[in-house]
Amino acid sequence: MTDQTTQPTSVASPSARPSSGTGGMLGLTKKDSTLMLIVFGLVMLAPFILNPFPEGSAMAQFNAGYPDLMQRFVIFGIFAIGFNILFGLTGYLSFGHAAFLGVGSYAAIWSMKLVTLNVIPGILLAIIIAAAFSFIVGFISLRRSGIYFSILTLAFAQMSYALAYSVLTPITGGETGLQIKNTDTPLFGGPTDGSIGRANLFGAEMGNSFELSLGNWLFTFNLGYYIAAAFMLIAFYLSIRIFRSPFGMMLRAVKSNQQRMNYTGLTPKRYTLWAFIISGAYAGLAGGLMVAMDTQVGPERMFWTASGEVVIMTILGGAGTLMGPVLGAGFIKYMENIISKINKDILHEWFAFMPDGLEDIMVSVVYPFIGKGWHLTLGIMFMLVVIFLPGGLVEGGQRIAARFRRNKNAD
Amino acid sequence: MDQIIVQILNGLDKGSAYALIALGLTLIFGTLGVVNFAHGALFMMGAFCAVILSKILTISREVAVEGQTDFLGNPLMRDVPVIYNWFGETAGAAIIDWNVPLAILFSIPIMIGIGFAMERGLIKHFYKRPHADQILVTFGLAIVLAEVIKYFFGANPIQTPAPAAFTGSLDFGVWLGYDPLTIMYPYWRLVYFFFSALIIAGVFAFLQFTTFGMVVRAGMADRETVQMLGIDIDKRFTFMFGLAAAVAGLAGVMYAPIVAPNYHMGMDFLVLSFVVVVVGGMGSLPGAVAAGFLLGILESFASMPAVVQVLPGINQIIIYLVAIIILLTRPRGLMGRKGVMED
Amino acid sequence: MSKSNFTRRGVIKTGAVGGAALALPQYLRADGHAGFTNAPGDSEVVLGFNVPQTGPYADEGADELRAYELAVEHLNGGGDGGMLNTFSSKVLDGTGILGREVKYVTGDTQTKSDAARASARSMIEKDGAIMITGGSSSGVAVAVQALCQEAGIIFMAGLTHSNDTTGKDRKANGFRHFFNSYMTGAALAPVLAANYGTDRKAYHLTADYNWGYTTEEAIRASTEAVGWETVNSVKTPLTQTDFSSYIAPVLNSGADVLVLNHYGGNMVNSLTNAVQFGLRDAVANGKNFEIVVPLYSRLMARGAGANVKGIYGSTNWHWSLQDEGSQAFVRSFGTKYGFPPSQAAHTTYVQTLLYADAVTRAGSFAPCAVAEALEDFEFDGLGNGKTLYRGSDHQCFKDVLVVRGKENPESEFDLLEIVEVTPVDQVMYSPDHPQMGGAEASLGECNNGA
Repeated sequence: MTDQTTQPTSVASPSARPSSGTGGMLGLTKKDSTLMLIVFGLVMLAPFILNPFPEGSAMAQFNAGYPDLMQRFVIFGIFAIGFNILFGLTGYLSFGHAAFLGVGSYAAIWSMKLVTLNVIPGILLAIIIAAAFSFIVGFISLRRSGIYFSILTLAFAQMSYALAYSVLTPITGGETGLQIKNTDTPLFGGPTDGSIGRANLFGAEMGNSFELSLGNWLFTFNLGYYIAAAFMLIAFYLSIRIFRSPFGMMLRAVKSNQQRMNYTGLTPKRYTLWAFIISGAYAGLAGGLMVAMDTQVGPERMFWTASGEVVIMTILGGAGTLMGPVLGAGFIKYMENIISKINKDILHEWFAFMPDGLEDIMVSVVYPFIGKGWHLTLGIMFMLVVIFLPGGLVEGGQRIAARFRRNKNAD
Repeated sequence: MDQIIVQILNGLDKGSAYALIALGLTLIFGTLGVVNFAHGALFMMGAFCAVILSKILTISREVAVEGQTDFLGNPLMRDVPVIYNWFGETAGAAIIDWNVPLAILFSIPIMIGIGFAMERGLIKHFYKRPHADQILVTFGLAIVLAEVIKYFFGANPIQTPAPAAFTGSLDFGVWLGYDPLTIMYPYWRLVYFFFSALIIAGVFAFLQFTTFGMVVRAGMADRETVQMLGIDIDKRFTFMFGLAAAVAGLAGVMYAPIVAPNYHMGMDFLVLSFVVVVVGGMGSLPGAVAAGFLLGILESFASMPAVVQVLPGINQIIIYLVAIIILLTRPRGLMGRKGVMED
Repeated sequence: MSKSNFTRRGVIKTGAVGGAALALPQYLRADGHAGFTNAPGDSEVVLGFNVPQTGPYADEGADELRAYELAVEHLNGGGDGGMLNTFSSKVLDGTGILGREVKYVTGDTQTKSDAARASARSMIEKDGAIMITGGSSSGVAVAVQALCQEAGIIFMAGLTHSNDTTGKDRKANGFRHFFNSYMTGAALAPVLAANYGTDRKAYHLTADYNWGYTTEEAIRASTEAVGWETVNSVKTPLTQTDFSSYIAPVLNSGADVLVLNHYGGNMVNSLTNAVQFGLRDAVANGKNFEIVVPLYSRLMARGAGANVKGIYGSTNWHWSLQDEGSQAFVRSFGTKYGFPPSQAAHTTYVQTLLYADAVTRAGSFAPCAVAEALEDFEFDGLGNGKTLYRGSDHQCFKDVLVVRGKENPESEFDLLEIVEVTPVDQVMYSPDHPQMGGAEASLGECNNGA
């Protein structure tokens, strides 16, 4: 379903394909068009897909179709897609990408506090500021490669975090971060009745939802989610185009053999810097969207663990593949938001059908892995995926698909 | 001037911890080519060896105290360590007091065992995998180790004091001709510094003067040639992993009295120790040690009130700032070898 | 089609939507009839307990969660009733809240404002929580309080000590029972003056973030008012673990008191380092050198071990208090869990009871009605003596405990002894106090949400 490009041999493969495809649309090949359509369908129908269990049932705990989490899925999807353009194609492992997300967030919230509560200018500003910042960081960091590059990016991000937390408190709000307040008076269209302004798109608030109830099922369609989703589809489309473009090929060449590039008179650094800026802009977009969906910023968004998270999302999903980063982002956010909320009471409900003694045993066996133990589960999952699925979740999907195909052939 | 001397001492002390962790990281990286994100966790496990030993030593029986009640109104129970029964109260109390030094002996076999288990059970399968995979799997392991510790010991720091004989400070200034009480330095921190120096010297001597060390050094330089000579380099590398784990563990044990151990101390040190390794130069043992001490001392200087007043926030970012400057002026850190992890 | 800002699910669970919906998609206006977010059905009501379950404050979070579970048990008529029996307001009768059984959901704040807000939003959007409570850090409290204000949900703050929570960042939908930096300063300074004299020179080490700033400001103001001089104040990075470089210069700075504006792991480590460097045995300006830790937590005092002995600080509540309410709480908590509760557990238990009581007195779950019932509410019997929930900033005013590390602790829980119970009048301040955001700070309008 996706294009595996981690093997150096695949460098040449995109060139074999015509860049303006036959049978596809929007300049995509047929295969890519199908992928794009699948993603489009998944994203649009997410409120249904993520809420498979009826309300009030024991399994409703695993429903993820509520606005906040759906928004996070697509926003972190964008973040990871952008990261993958740098890491998946060029192999440069940035360990400081969260800084761009954070800078974008601060830019967006200031736009909302000072200029307008409309999200579009905020998001655009976030992209621009993050791209500018990533240009500076990239220009300096790309003077080195390999782990030296990683540590340079890490150093920039950690400095941003430390300063935002402390010395820059007047601009960043320090630990408390920034929120929109009722005392804020944006230039255009702030609330006049002393209430707290809400992020909106030409008057339609991000929090607006309508709910569809079918029997015991309840589905929420949230405006904010669909706006974020639209951005994510654009981001995904652009990433396909980049992967298939001559520029993308250059980036792959950076990964496979920089020296050969140098001999042919090409400057790998210029291409890599562009990739760095593009992925920084993606991070800025994600940061801007985070503020648009939930109007607050805190500095821990830039801590190294946040940078590490996007690395993990990408690798876990499958670095260098189109779908992988999105899957990885969804996987981690799901763990963080769903598993951490299961508590002992819920466990007792689940195992209530068992005899008392057995119930207690089951609860005490499962308990360390849920709720406050969700980190433990996460760690174990990382290890399992990396050990058994070297290509990430995408490889898992491909294996399953291959098995089905084999079974079909056997019939 | 006296303040500068104190900060140099502080820097050497911090630097010893950085250097020991970075040394272990470089040993693993240099010999096995593996980026071990679980190395901070090994440091943490070392510190918890001290905690665990103190828990073992103070396994107690409950003895009711006459005429007193606890907060619920039941008879007050006082814990009496079982060890008092074996050695008598004085000797028993002394053993408990000397818990941290005893933990050194206790931790060496445990840490080597953990190192062996990690290498044989997990790392071995990742020699040929990309560095990104190594990072992810060892990071996963680091989380698991930290969470297991948290499950048993909670999230709050656990005080693990040094023996009573080492509490208090040495009047260091008197030796240098200052008035008494000008430069005071805690005994245990001095012990930590000398202990670290000893271990670092020991590791270098081992690599330099033993045949085993020679083979390992040769393996670090050119693994394939050594293997072609018919030497079972794998077995030696397993041993090196155990050694690196033991070095990290010892750094942790001795650090426990300085900073009360908690489950995430490994993560706190992880990023810092990677910065140290890279600033020192990938694959260079002397580089790792030098960078450890350098960054430790600079961090201490940057924390001086006089410095912070001139440059607010400098204490927050000094390590990263220095890392950037060094990496931009020296492409492979202080003493890095060409071609190591540059792609 | 209709719209709502935050939706709720409770109504579905109680079967308000019948089988008719099966045939035809039906657009719901959530709470159209109730007029506020997440109005509960007739049989149960959901509270959201949002506490740190991972990260450095996980132990505090765990203790808060225990207290919440105990409070829910008592509200639903289980256990021995705890403080329900001593509470001056008698409207709670063990039948839940307004006849609805109390259910709860839990979440992990990770002590990060993003994660805390994500968790709170999932409680509001997915689980239909009517009230959010918890937290073990001021940054998180302020962030979640702002979210609840937007969503039209009541927020009952847990352990948050920064002035800002009910100072410059106060919100109409947010309430804090815990005390704050200003009160710490006001309570501590007279005790310090009485024990250490009025001619002292203080050196502050301050954690470099909002709570550190407000605490340093409060302690400086109140100690300078009794005649102390502040020699120097140095900010330390929050992520610092080894404080030696900050402690070492203190001895020769001319100061004779060290104030550690640190909490949690920072406090444990800086205090341990200060003792290592011999500050406790030192003599400066002809006086014994002293250390002060403004905010004590028993859980953290355990981490600092013997180092806390004789060191003064303040705390919101301590299990050794002898009043009826505290005793009742300690008894039921101790019986259930086997050890005495921490101050974090106490404040969260009390907050839950206060919320339930306010709903019952208001006769409604609507946030604005609840807020009105809480505002200027005077009560007693929940520990800390007579207490006022001030309407102008939603801060509780009550006696503050000045404590000292105990010289001869009898158990691992018996680490602090109460030196003085500072009467509430002494820690009172005006709502527009400069430390509290001045005249600009305002609660804004209360928000019922949908």
